[in-house]
Amino acid sequence: MSELTDLTIASARKGRTDKEFSAKELCEAHIKTIEDANEGLNAFIVTTPELALALADVSDQKLQKGIGGELEGIPLGIKDLFCTMGTQTTAGSHILDKFTPDYESTISKNLLDAGGLMMGKLNLDEFAMGSSNETSYYGKCLNPWKRNTDGANLVPGGSSGGSASSVSARLVMGATATDTGGSIRQPAAFTGTVGIKPTYGRCSRWGVVAFASSLDQAGPITRTVEDAAIMLKVMASYDPKDTTSVDIEVPDYEKSLAGGVKGLKVGIPKEYRMDGMPEEIEQLWQQGIEWLKAEGAEIIDVSLPHTKYALPAYYIVAPAEASSNLARYDGVRYGLRVPGDDILSMYENTRAEGFGDEVKRRIMIGTYVLSAGYYDAYYLKAQKVRTLIKRDFDEAFTKVDVLLTPTTPGPAFAPGEKGSEDPVEMYLNDIFTVTANMAGLPGISVPAGLSSEGTPLGLQLIGKPFDEAGLFQVAQTIENAAGLLPAPDKWW
Amino acid sequence: MKVDEALVRRIAHLARIKVEDADVEHLKGELTSILGFVDLLSEVDTDDVEPMTSAVDRCMKPRPDVVNDGGYADDIVGNAPVKDDHYFMVPKVVE
Repeated sequence: MSELTDLTIASARKGRTDKEFSAKELCEAHIKTIEDANEGLNAFIVTTPELALALADVSDQKLQKGIGGELEGIPLGIKDLFCTMGTQTTAGSHILDKFTPDYESTISKNLLDAGGLMMGKLNLDEFAMGSSNETSYYGKCLNPWKRNTDGANLVPGGSSGGSASSVSARLVMGATATDTGGSIRQPAAFTGTVGIKPTYGRCSRWGVVAFASSLDQAGPITRTVEDAAIMLKVMASYDPKDTTSVDIEVPDYEKSLAGGVKGLKVGIPKEYRMDGMPEEIEQLWQQGIEWLKAEGAEIIDVSLPHTKYALPAYYIVAPAEASSNLARYDGVRYGLRVPGDDILSMYENTRAEGFGDEVKRRIMIGTYVLSAGYYDAYYLKAQKVRTLIKRDFDEAFTKVDVLLTPTTPGPAFAPGEKGSEDPVEMYLNDIFTVTANMAGLPGISVPAGLSSEGTPLGLQLIGKPFDEAGLFQVAQTIENAAGLLPAPDKWW
Repeated sequence: MKVDEALVRRIAHLARIKVEDADVEHLKGELTSILGFVDLLSEVDTDDVEPMTSAVDRCMKPRPDVVNDGGYADDIVGNAPVKDDHYFMVPKVVE
């Protein structure tokens, strides 16, 4: 029954409706692959097979009656940043030890209501802070793809490393993920999967553990563009419980897939051509341009002059908001408590033991840039730069419909290869993705080919606010031209 | 911007994170590196620029100012490391 795990969501939905297999069979096939893989890949922090099977039984009953939902019986993974009722939610951190929510995040509820099966909670960088999934308290997650030059194990990217790894390795058909500076798109690129970060406000943040509230946005990781469209349609909703959630209709994204790119204006931002960028990234980008041109798109050079300031501005805004959001972890209301002589030392001991090094660094940077006398020089300045970054995009979108860029400045690397001496080296991974977060814009990464090391590379499309449909349309054209990547060779 | 030991300790105190002596040295280097990186912004002219306050050009929806949630104190204290009835317990604060 192993081939069941190779199906896309779209084909499984059809097979299930045609009664070629039951939801239970589909679920059992995935439980088996997860059991075989999790020791090697460490994609799941916790698996929930009993829950999944119980949900599959309900799905089969619904399907029998012909009242199955959009994702009825589809095995999904949930990033362990989404609160799930009755199932531990760790955010990859020691400080949330034993935390079990009594409520369901809006997004995971939308998925469950549509019939999705939760197979477990997926690994991530601690509090979604990282680009390699190496900062998780629950150990690093690995990429199912290996480098063919030296056979090295690779990181799956981050922070949604477990989401990307599990989808790529066929452990689940789709997964939820979140993206504050590139945490959906970068791991999607590293694992040969599709990942979309929607417009800020498109998906509810309610029940998602907060990192940087003005940048955080959730989206799906899947194996095809079509599957991403199917999943986002269910995940997106207006939610009165998130005041930044936007009340506009969720379009049927599947309808836009066949639109093609004829006559569409595609912008190529010259500032994304960075010094020292590997030749193969440049070639991939050029290939993407040729594909779209061949399908009738008009290619237009554009300029986004403030691009190089996006990442430094991000490393003020994101840590500032994180330091504020993470103030709640003090050993009083939930999670870890480490005793102290008085309440202050209890706070300090709890936070020293509960947070990992990267999280501590970011809290400290954030605390500093918000502290008395420095707020204007750092935080206010960064928010002004953000206005300029947004203005660049607004200007570009008067001339073009969508922007095409590489997703990452290079292919997946091995654990320990980046950032051990200087954290900024790791931060540079997000150089092409962080701009969309700063401006609140939607961005999608689509697999576009393999590197010289035999590992996946992605192309990114950035769209106008709430034009996810447009992104799917162009992404489908790229996927058609590039062809789907084969499944990674199983070594786990 | 060079971060010294006094600043590391001051920030750690403000952030309520206990820092071991052995960690001060590498934190000095890492924080200096990050603050050096973000200093690139000083070359941008932002004199007449408004700070961004919202990532989307939309107003938040107002809602009626009414109580519409609550009444589950058991759940609220359900995950507390130490509790007594419906209270979170902490070390003695007032002598």
